[in-house]
Amino acid sequence: MGGPSIETVSLTKKYGDFTALSDLNLRLEGSKCVGFLGPNGAGKTTTLKMLADLIFPTSGEAFLNGVSVREDRKRALENCGALIETPEVYPSLTPREALRLVADIRGVPPAEQPARIDEVLAEVKMSEWADKKVGKFSKGMKQRVNVAATLVSDPPIVMLDEPSTGLDPRGMAEVREIIRGLKRHNRLVFFSSHILSEVTEVCDEVALINRGKLLFYDTIEGVMSKYADGTPTIEVTFSAPVPYEAAARVAALEHVEACKWLDPARLHMAVGGGRAGQASVFEAIAGMRLGAIGFREAGSTLEQIYMQQIERGDQT
Amino acid sequence: MSADTAEGVPTAAPPPASRLPGTFDQVLILARWQWRDYLRSRRFLILFAIITIVGVILTGVTAYFRPAFINSPAALYATLWGGAVTIPIVFAGIFFGSDAIAGEFQNKTGYFLMGLPIRRVTVYAAKYLAALFASFVVLVYFAAIVLANGAFYLGADAFPWQFGASFLLATVYLLALLGFTFLFSSLFKTSSYATLLTAVLFLFGFNILAAVISGLARSEPWMIISYSSGIIGNVFLDPYPPHVVPASPGGPPFATYNPTIETGVAIMLAYLVLSAVAGLWFFERKEFS
Repeated sequence: MGGPSIETVSLTKKYGDFTALSDLNLRLEGSKCVGFLGPNGAGKTTTLKMLADLIFPTSGEAFLNGVSVREDRKRALENCGALIETPEVYPSLTPREALRLVADIRGVPPAEQPARIDEVLAEVKMSEWADKKVGKFSKGMKQRVNVAATLVSDPPIVMLDEPSTGLDPRGMAEVREIIRGLKRHNRLVFFSSHILSEVTEVCDEVALINRGKLLFYDTIEGVMSKYADGTPTIEVTFSAPVPYEAAARVAALEHVEACKWLDPARLHMAVGGGRAGQASVFEAIAGMRLGAIGFREAGSTLEQIYMQQIERGDQT
Repeated sequence: MSADTAEGVPTAAPPPASRLPGTFDQVLILARWQWRDYLRSRRFLILFAIITIVGVILTGVTAYFRPAFINSPAALYATLWGGAVTIPIVFAGIFFGSDAIAGEFQNKTGYFLMGLPIRRVTVYAAKYLAALFASFVVLVYFAAIVLANGAFYLGADAFPWQFGASFLLATVYLLALLGFTFLFSSLFKTSSYATLLTAVLFLFGFNILAAVISGLARSEPWMIISYSSGIIGNVFLDPYPPHVVPASPGGPPFATYNPTIETGVAIMLAYLVLSAVAGLWFFERKEFS
């Protein structure tokens, strides 16, 4: 076997007539970071919960390092740190105690525990709060403790369900940095998110799920080359509403393939011709003196692919 | 990574040795942390306050009225201990048992715990053990209050042997009652439902049911756990009360029943075992959804 692995075989979860996850077949193996993308209710958390044995599949199976989670949750989760939803730590415990509880259960030798706990607390920037009761913490602080708890035994597999939930922008950036750090430690990181920039920034591969079905799983580059149509969308912002006649002239510019006015002062347009085409359109709009104050790509290419695939999935 | 065999055929390297503690060790580890959680909780203090109030009332009433039973060791302990010990036991069940499992779902602490490599049976057993220990501390505290009363009225060396037997039976009742409250706790995901059900049943529900069964159905209410608790007080009586007391003029218009020690213990143990099996069955199938 080549390193840590996560596998789902025909994993399905139904609640009555509603299918939360349908026949998911996914195999992640080796040291890498895989982003699990999808809109709210797509089945991301359902999948991760079944991988952590918090809920049970209607059919199919989930494996961690080749061990069936349902058959032997203790052995399956032995080498896996899982942060699902936003768990509550026992309020009477301090972060240091909560991490000792985790370390004890996971069998981290007592001699190694103090240094390891200090290390992960520093990693999540909670050293200062290490000996304060968790009950008084904000949601973001608790989530940092939860992230630390998944790392305290240094597991080769880390599963994170929207780990930046509840964190402020600085906290989110720190979580991204932690995930980047995890990759450097020869781990398989599987984390769900609907923040596409986060996924693009830290992941090697991405799996997209919608309405309980896997739409694709590939490397970021593979996704770009397979699904990107090559025509980026540019957002142009004007200081004042653009008259109808001027809007028609903008739409008629060379390299502009499609136009969509979001409001009278904001426009999305598909611009062909690569960078040169974009430069030409930018100069032409500036020359029209319509009060253009912004000209930028509307979202990342991954975001556009995400939207296309989700819309396509919704239509079928 | 691979390792070569003597024949030079590469084989997969053996997985790293597991350093996870065994199931029994994990039970003890988690029970220790749960106990620590109980110790710091407000409920522990509240329960001690309730038991203190009960103790003060018993002591005060006895001191004020000076009833005849204070001259007989067996009668004194039968009244102060045998007549009141189910109160701390029931309250301990309500405070420590009823939300032990349901609370993990309601408070979302279960997401913290169940993401760890630990079996559900381990969690169930550890929480039971911690609740039992916390409840036992409360029981010992109440026993100390009663013993202090006994020592005051009868001297420090006038403890009847029945007190030891009764304490043992009370402990078995505690085991059974906690097991039963854990079953309720496994049925719900909301602590308040489990707590309410435990309180209603043990504070008056079961007693009403036992009275209805013996009074209206005219049969022994052997299936009611609180009926079995009668042995805790009866053990002080000499002779031990008859199993069936027939209806008599001036008495209740129907036969009343007293469980034998054997029957009482059997009912308690049956509740303990069946509750544990059923509670675990529900907990094993309950989803964190």
